Amino acid sequence: MNSIITHSPALLIAIPLFAAFITPLLSRIHRRARDGFVLIVLAATELLALLLAQDIYANGIRKYVFGATLPSLTHPGTMSIPVRIIFEIDGLSIFMVLISLTIAFVATVYSSSFFKKEDGLDRYYTLLLLVTVGMVGMELTGDLFNFFVFLEITSIASCALIAFWVDRGESLEAAFKYIVISSIGALFVLMAIGFLYGQYDALNIAALANSIQFTFIDKVALVLLLAALTMKAGIAPMHMWLPDAYGEAPPSVTIAVVAATQASLYGVLRVCFTLYGKGLRLNMAAVGWTLVGLGLLTIFIGVTMALVQRSLTRTIAFAAVGEIGYMVIGAGTALAAGAQNFATVALKGGVFHIFNDVLDIGLLFLVAGAIIYATKERDLNNLGGLAKRMKYTTVFFLIGLLAVAGMPPLNGFASKILIYESTYQLNPIISIIAILSSILLLAIFVKIFYSLFLGPELPHLRDVKEVPKGMLVAMAILATLIIIFGLFPGYVLQTIVDPAVAALSNPTNYINAILGGA
Amino acid sequence: MIYNIPYIAVIILIVVGLYAVVFKRNIIKMVMGITIIESGVNLFLVTLGYRAGGVAPIFTNLPEERQIPGQLVLPIPQALTLTSIVIGVAVLALMLALTIQIYRQYKTLDVTKIRRLKE
Amino acid sequence: MNPFVPIDTGSGFWNPLIWVIVFIIALLIVYVIRGLGRGDYKKNTGQTKPFLSGNVVENDEQLHVKGGNVYWGFTEAFKGYYNKIKSMHTGDTRDYVLWFLVMMVVFFAVVLGVM
Repeated sequence: MNSIITHSPALLIAIPLFAAFITPLLSRIHRRARDGFVLIVLAATELLALLLAQDIYANGIRKYVFGATLPSLTHPGTMSIPVRIIFEIDGLSIFMVLISLTIAFVATVYSSSFFKKEDGLDRYYTLLLLVTVGMVGMELTGDLFNFFVFLEITSIASCALIAFWVDRGESLEAAFKYIVISSIGALFVLMAIGFLYGQYDALNIAALANSIQFTFIDKVALVLLLAALTMKAGIAPMHMWLPDAYGEAPPSVTIAVVAATQASLYGVLRVCFTLYGKGLRLNMAAVGWTLVGLGLLTIFIGVTMALVQRSLTRTIAFAAVGEIGYMVIGAGTALAAGAQNFATVALKGGVFHIFNDVLDIGLLFLVAGAIIYATKERDLNNLGGLAKRMKYTTVFFLIGLLAVAGMPPLNGFASKILIYESTYQLNPIISIIAILSSILLLAIFVKIFYSLFLGPELPHLRDVKEVPKGMLVAMAILATLIIIFGLFPGYVLQTIVDPAVAALSNPTNYINAILGGA
Repeated sequence: MIYNIPYIAVIILIVVGLYAVVFKRNIIKMVMGITIIESGVNLFLVTLGYRAGGVAPIFTNLPEERQIPGQLVLPIPQALTLTSIVIGVAVLALMLALTIQIYRQYKTLDVTKIRRLKE
Repeated sequence: MNPFVPIDTGSGFWNPLIWVIVFIIALLIVYVIRGLGRGDYKKNTGQTKPFLSGNVVENDEQLHVKGGNVYWGFTEAFKGYYNKIKSMHTGDTRDYVLWFLVMMVVFFAVVLGVM
């Protein structure tokens, strides 16, 4: 057991990667064998991640050196700088890994009954496992160029999955916009990595964080990294690819792309708090205020545009844009406030909101997928009166609606109250705009709930049936997690979120784990 | 001064690539623009590793009286560039495949007309 | 450890257990008030149908407000803002890259100018 935990960083990447390329072989045997195999692989990877999480919460940061004789040999021989690619896992990394693997598992459960008569499904499962590998790699790695490689893996695999329904022109257009935006952003990240390497001759995040000063080239690298990673995370006004991509992809692909977007937000947090963290936190206040301003713009644009959409998935996608703004104002307040008490509370709210948002928006997208499966309609004007026939779907949509709008006692409220109370102390206007936008979110989803589910049955929808069990099980997993996180928020905060926030607030722990406490 | 010419070429390549992405209407010209930006970034990475008077960093095949590591060109940026070239090829293939399918659906390659998803 | 730990927000606390208890008490009060109502009405006659000022309520499907029209008053009142912001979301790929370059210039101004 001990050796499994020692090698688990490598296994978390290797198991889905090998499974991704064995899946087409298994699909020759039978369709069910392939579905079951992917489910078992993702469940095993999640179990491994839970074991690793327990070890990290007990013993601190774990590092894994690829290609060394021992996994913890960062300085072989008499070297004074760390060589080889090193994975460094602290509380924030394992938090994001748990999010990514949960969403991948739920997406697979949903896909096994959503796609009945389509071909090309073996390539679909391969690409879904590759997206998982990319996300987990982005969150585990401690090396900047390795981060860039996993970022590109995630972008390429997600783009191919967004274009899954190739007979619809809109999916292809959305995938093309996604890949243009992703590759330009990634190329600017590579330029920033080049600047930092040329300045300090190191690619390891801990080694760079130890020796970084605020010269002109470092500021240029910070700007390039921030601009590209915030564009990949969907912050206004660079958010416009997000509704296109989320609205036209199959729903199980959309929740995987949501998790990939949160991995880019993890990149923003890493750059702002750890890479430029040691000794430079006081200088990042201007970046914090910019992030707060952009976050408010994101919330406002996302929520107001969602009210006027005609397509169901595009409405939920704009609401997802709004929710990203909440996380960013939490992180921005923590940067702008410096060492005051409410900075930690804001960061806790922002980081907790990452998990809550993925669960809530994921549940809403799965419900939208169930409606598309049952009625073959995407337009809000052609749907109505579905509650009589699709009872379970109605209940799940109600839970998702209350969670996204931040209603107690569900999980949206637990993270939003942390964000409201801490940003109020920075500037009351931030909190006021955030609360009003939350009310608008409730308005949007109550509108959809009223016009889609309540009311009389429309004549062309008289023979819709409830969706198959696989989709109901996937939605039930997310709804159960939402209710549990809502009823026990203190427990979840103490167990999962506090180590992540402590890891962000103390960059010296991250540096000393690799460089040995010098 | 002569050692700065590759950096100036990098800036020119990136500006030309961005111009092609932002101001050209044909999708294939946009794809070419992205490839030009990628060439610029690769050139930047390779140029970072140059040391004046150095030889290629092949450890087992050095000519006589060359000391390591002072008179070798840095090897790490060359590895980074190889990885980046491979990623660029994959992205280019994906974008061109999407372009072919978009042409089949929309019957045009003008990016101002491929706009069914707006507002 | 105790799973019902409240979260402490620095200027207050939130405990969902208290909310659930208050909600159950409110439901009990609602049930008691419902029991004080009249039970002597005739089901399935005109006494249980909706009343629209004496007009005849015939076709349920035509009373249904479609999804795109529910918040018409709100969108009409904000017409100026919505025209402006809808025209910014053009759907043209080149505009997406232009916004990225604009934000990069903004970030440069913030980081190089202020810090």
